[in-house]
Amino acid sequence: MTKQSFIERLMKGVFSVSALTSILAVVLICLFLFANGLPAIAKIGPLQFLLGEEWSPTDVPPLFGILPMILGSIYVTGGAIVVGVPIGIFTAVFMAKICPKPLYKVLKQAVDLLAGIPSVVYGFFGLVSIVPLVRNLFGGDGNSILSASILLGLMILPTIIGITESAVRAVPEDLYDGAVALGASHIRAVFAIILPAAKSGVLAGVVLGIGRAIGETMAVIMVAGNQAIMPNSLLKGVRTLTANIVLEMGYAAELHREALIATGVVLFAFILLINLLFSTLRKDGSR
Amino acid sequence: MKRKISDLSLTVLTWFFSAVTFAALLFLIGYILVKGIPNLSLSLFAWEYNSENVSLLPAMITTVIMVILSLLVAVPLGLFTAIYLVEYASRGNRLVKLVRVTAETLSGIPSIVYGLFGMLFFVTALGWGFSLLAGTLTLSVMILPLIMQTAEESLKSVPDAFREGSFGLGAGRLRTVFKIVLPSAAPGILAGVILAVGRIVGETAALIYTSGTVAKVPTMFSSGRTLAVHMYALSREGLYTGQAYATAAVLLVVVVGINALSAALAKQIGRG
Repeated sequence: MTKQSFIERLMKGVFSVSALTSILAVVLICLFLFANGLPAIAKIGPLQFLLGEEWSPTDVPPLFGILPMILGSIYVTGGAIVVGVPIGIFTAVFMAKICPKPLYKVLKQAVDLLAGIPSVVYGFFGLVSIVPLVRNLFGGDGNSILSASILLGLMILPTIIGITESAVRAVPEDLYDGAVALGASHIRAVFAIILPAAKSGVLAGVVLGIGRAIGETMAVIMVAGNQAIMPNSLLKGVRTLTANIVLEMGYAAELHREALIATGVVLFAFILLINLLFSTLRKDGSR
Repeated sequence: MKRKISDLSLTVLTWFFSAVTFAALLFLIGYILVKGIPNLSLSLFAWEYNSENVSLLPAMITTVIMVILSLLVAVPLGLFTAIYLVEYASRGNRLVKLVRVTAETLSGIPSIVYGLFGMLFFVTALGWGFSLLAGTLTLSVMILPLIMQTAEESLKSVPDAFREGSFGLGAGRLRTVFKIVLPSAAPGILAGVILAVGRIVGETAALIYTSGTVAKVPTMFSSGRTLAVHMYALSREGLYTGQAYATAAVLLVVVVGINALSAALAKQIGRG
């Protein structure tokens, strides 16, 4: 074998082994999360863990119910959707079909900027501006589901706008031309014909936004109050699954620590489901 | 008439919501900068961190080290994976599909889950403790899909004629990849790498329980906090509001600058 062909073969080997890294990473992540989290769920009892309404890990005997945190995550995510989806979809339609070209560049850059801001900075901004605003307008101490929803709604905007915009742009021009030929105005053609045709792409964007919101950690911790109790008002504090992990992992030991890892497993299961839904929707869209 | 009104209101709504998006961004950036810049002082850039002077310099140095080390691990791995997918693998290869699916899965995983994994694997199972190395490797896994996917896109955008020309002149596959394909794809790959730098600089949740929160410049096996973790710690303590504003401003400017650089590079490929 010549030296040349030896190097060729060697590098091909190096490239294919590198390609295995991401597979290895997914396997290791699943393995370590499940191996460390599932035994705790079994010990506590799946029903007591998932549907238990009380989280008091330092009591004797301790109680490990994460229903407040599951609901907390669902509520703030739902709130983020209510805030972010209308703004996101209208902005995306505006960018793709309505706005003048010079304005487009500015908006596009603004959306990219929003996507790049770190979550601690979002969190800090929420802490010093949204929380006091909510406190002054609606009472309570401001650290609340409402504050977290507004902040998360803002944070998922770039995700929703990006995917919705490309879905709207991917709709064939013929549909639009047909609508206009039948006498529809520009805006009517856009909203009555193009947007419905881009439905699954738009939905994929919303689903990805849900994934972002449910996995967000630092920003939520800084504005949501973090009380591990059943949430019962928009203006009360709430703790999410993500917050539960970060807040208590520092001092937790034994079953408490395992229960926190199990909280991560529940979060991970949510995320995997959402990702599955996202890729199904996107495939639908490209068909 | 009725139709005209509904047309008009739809148009107004799209303008209004776009204005909301834009205003939210301006307000956020303006607020942080206006409150942060007056609080910047030279003492924030002192060599030592202590409770009287919460200097951000050690955290900044840690961030730079963290960025360099994570890139050293993730860039070759991501780039080589992309080269394999685009230049070597045959169509319909099963491995290719699996690699794509896992990369997509990885890019959907939230950073706190990476943090948990890093803590369980690097910190506990491998016994490294809270350390720069554990943080670095956790972040490397996190940015791997980003680097891989952007590199794959840029390799794909190199026209096949380039490769055919190179093969025609008698170059082997490896030489074609390194001398012809990679130079043409370089701006796109670089844009992805810079985007990854932005993610590392802004990351918090994946680091708190892997590299820890000690405010000193770390060695490989000791704990150190990056600028974003530093920012979180300051705002949690609630004693250093002014300094927290200043740190937020620094962090914002750094990350926004990095992203602008990446966007400018990406634009260059669009042109070239």
